[in-house]
Amino acid sequence: MLLRKHEPSFSGTGSGNPGLLLSQEHKRVGGLMLSRTAQHLYWIGRYMERAEFTSRLVEATIRLSALGDHEASEQAWRSALAVVGSASAFAASGETFSPAGVRRYLTLSEDNASAVRSCISAARDNARAARTALTVEVWEAINRTWLVIRDRTKPGGVQASLNLVDSLKAEIRGFEGALARMLRSEGSWFMQLGAAIERGDNTARLLDVKYYLLLPPGQSVGGALDRDQWSTLLQIVSAKTAYRHIYSGPLKPWRVADFLIFRDEMPRSLAASADETVTLLSAFAGRSGRQGPADRIARKRLDRIEALDIGTIVQNGLHEWLHAYISDNAALDQAIARQFRFG
Amino acid sequence: MAQGRPFDELWGASRDRTPRADFEAVAAWLADLTPAELLRRQQAAEAAFRSLGITFAVYGDEEAAERIIPFDIIPRIFTAREWASLSAGLEQRVHAINLFIDDVYGARKIIADGFIPADIVLGNSQYCIPVAGARPPHGVYAHICGIDLVRTGPDDFCVLEDNARTPSGVSYMLENREAMLRLCPELFDALPVEPVDSYPELLRETLQSVSPGRGDACCVLLTPGHFNSAFYEHSFLADNMGIELVEGTDLEVDDDFVWMRTIHGRKRVDVIYRRIDDAFLDPLVFDPQSALGVPGLMAAYRAGNVTLVNAPGTGIADDKAIYSYMPEIVRYYTGEEPRLPNVETFRCREKTALQHVLDNLDKLVVKLVDGSGGYGMLVGPAATRKQLDEFRAALKAEPERYIAQPTLALSTVPTFTEAGLAPRHVDFRPFVLTGANGIRIVPGGLTRVALREGSLVVNSSQGGGTKDSFVLAPEEAGPEDMQFLDKQADG
Repeated sequence: MLLRKHEPSFSGTGSGNPGLLLSQEHKRVGGLMLSRTAQHLYWIGRYMERAEFTSRLVEATIRLSALGDHEASEQAWRSALAVVGSASAFAASGETFSPAGVRRYLTLSEDNASAVRSCISAARDNARAARTALTVEVWEAINRTWLVIRDRTKPGGVQASLNLVDSLKAEIRGFEGALARMLRSEGSWFMQLGAAIERGDNTARLLDVKYYLLLPPGQSVGGALDRDQWSTLLQIVSAKTAYRHIYSGPLKPWRVADFLIFRDEMPRSLAASADETVTLLSAFAGRSGRQGPADRIARKRLDRIEALDIGTIVQNGLHEWLHAYISDNAALDQAIARQFRFG
Repeated sequence: MAQGRPFDELWGASRDRTPRADFEAVAAWLADLTPAELLRRQQAAEAAFRSLGITFAVYGDEEAAERIIPFDIIPRIFTAREWASLSAGLEQRVHAINLFIDDVYGARKIIADGFIPADIVLGNSQYCIPVAGARPPHGVYAHICGIDLVRTGPDDFCVLEDNARTPSGVSYMLENREAMLRLCPELFDALPVEPVDSYPELLRETLQSVSPGRGDACCVLLTPGHFNSAFYEHSFLADNMGIELVEGTDLEVDDDFVWMRTIHGRKRVDVIYRRIDDAFLDPLVFDPQSALGVPGLMAAYRAGNVTLVNAPGTGIADDKAIYSYMPEIVRYYTGEEPRLPNVETFRCREKTALQHVLDNLDKLVVKLVDGSGGYGMLVGPAATRKQLDEFRAALKAEPERYIAQPTLALSTVPTFTEAGLAPRHVDFRPFVLTGANGIRIVPGGLTRVALREGSLVVNSSQGGGTKDSFVLAPEEAGPEDMQFLDKQADG
């Protein structure tokens, strides 16, 4: 599985970027944002999104694990580790495999840079460093989220984890609300851009790990466990009822894949995330009067998705397509970092 | 030394709590506050500061939550007359400090004329060789000075320390005032308190005024980063001035010009209000291990393409050995008598002074000239025989490393304590701005208070707290204005 990306160390060096001189018009547009500030904001967006996704993953896996027998439960937690690309890191951590162990690893482990607690801590560090670019509301929302999880070192029972996830989800919604009330300019755009890139990455990983459910190799489908698996998958992306609104009838593998890839009404679909990325990058271009490689990559990606359908993807291999998507998304992340001169 | 009780800022020398002239309104306000109400206000102050304190605490490391500096709601007050005299003294002193720094890094006339020994200046660890010969734009070095003052009597103010490097604490001046306005609004009805909130604007104007050229100067505040304990102040000031808060990695030097890296390219920087020490400014010139500074910054500075606020090397003016020469320095450059005296200081390098110090060791405070933070210090009245003997030997061996001062009876201000109101010792740090546009002082500053009974240590790490510092407006407004209003009403 592809490893998840983390923020490069804060201390950037004077990159070899020649830099462009700015015209007078430019200065008048208002404050020019520091590249470092932009990087902090972008990673606030990514880490808050990752924290929420992982929280939902834990919540849904607890549910799935409760529905099946011992073996099904272990399987559920193994696939949760796979979704976040942490299977080998977990094995290397020396912790013995158990549902409670994985639960701790995904939520609180200090050894896991993608654990919910680590993500929120990283988001808060970035927020502290970019404090002058944030509104009080956004800062407080991030800080409150941190306070929910700061003093937690042990996961406690399953119910404690569910309570923690509930509180975190509420605080992260508060963060999103505060973000929506920020001035519509570079400050909020960078956080939204980070969130959009992260969201695409997460949904693609989720689909990739569960693809054997969507495309079962020959066995009969539609048993009770499969239905649970699918509804769990939808629960992770908070789309269980949304699916019902769009498709009538029982859960169908193709439809779930279609839903999570193509339906742009669905905020966590790949199409929606690709579309949001293009829109946000255009907003920057609207301010600066310039486009860059990131704009072109994002636009091309959206065009490609719009020209595709689920039948074609499945024919050519969903797994391969998702892998390519994750790699393209990472390339776009790199292009954004270069275009805005992150450290 | 002063006998009996020290001077009190509110009651003066009176033993029956008769307020000093001009302080009747404050005394009445205090008298109106029942102990219960006082307690309620003080608790409200703490609660308000705790919510403000969230902003203080969250920026520092985890222990910072415990290091919120205690705030006392009873203000320290200066009359208009006192302030006029203080600010004239501050202006004179800071003016002389800037001329002195300009001289010692330039023509060195004061040394040639024999008013200060060459070794004290040129052999001083604070003398910054890379700065010599490089005159900053507009000839200003110490743009921001925090002059620590103490008071020992009705008309006896003196300077304890000249902080000419990167003095901090001004955010407390502004936040304390915010707290007072919310908690004791009636006090501002009763007293004509001069506002302090123009400080960020004055500072911004000062920075603009010392730009190396160009009309609309790009000013930035350079911070060591968000893990620094003073980061809150840095972001507070940058925010309130509307300038960019940068770290070393945001800046680069190219062809002796300084640029900051922005999302749309690089932008030239003209003035850097730096809150990092000289040693970390430029790894090519100072500490090569420094990751906080900007390689090439000193070259850009020497080329005259960027202004550093304060200039590097200003430590030469606030060194303890130089301090003892401040009266001579003020006389030499201004041709006037110093308006603000020093604390009496014995330079042990001088034979007669050394003898006096040795004879009176148990009554004096002895300090290492290059020590700070209370290290290498002897407080005579509190010292053991063994400590006295050690210092006696050290003084005889290397007298030039020491100065000595009398222990001072610092003035007190009534302060809320667990046992009710009680006098506590205070000092005062006003902030003096010097730009190409002249010297400006916001009427206020940071009053630090030693919260422990009898303690003279106002340091926040040793039980010190802060108070708001009121400066009262001159009262000339009165009768004429009233007549004017009457006429208006008639007409």
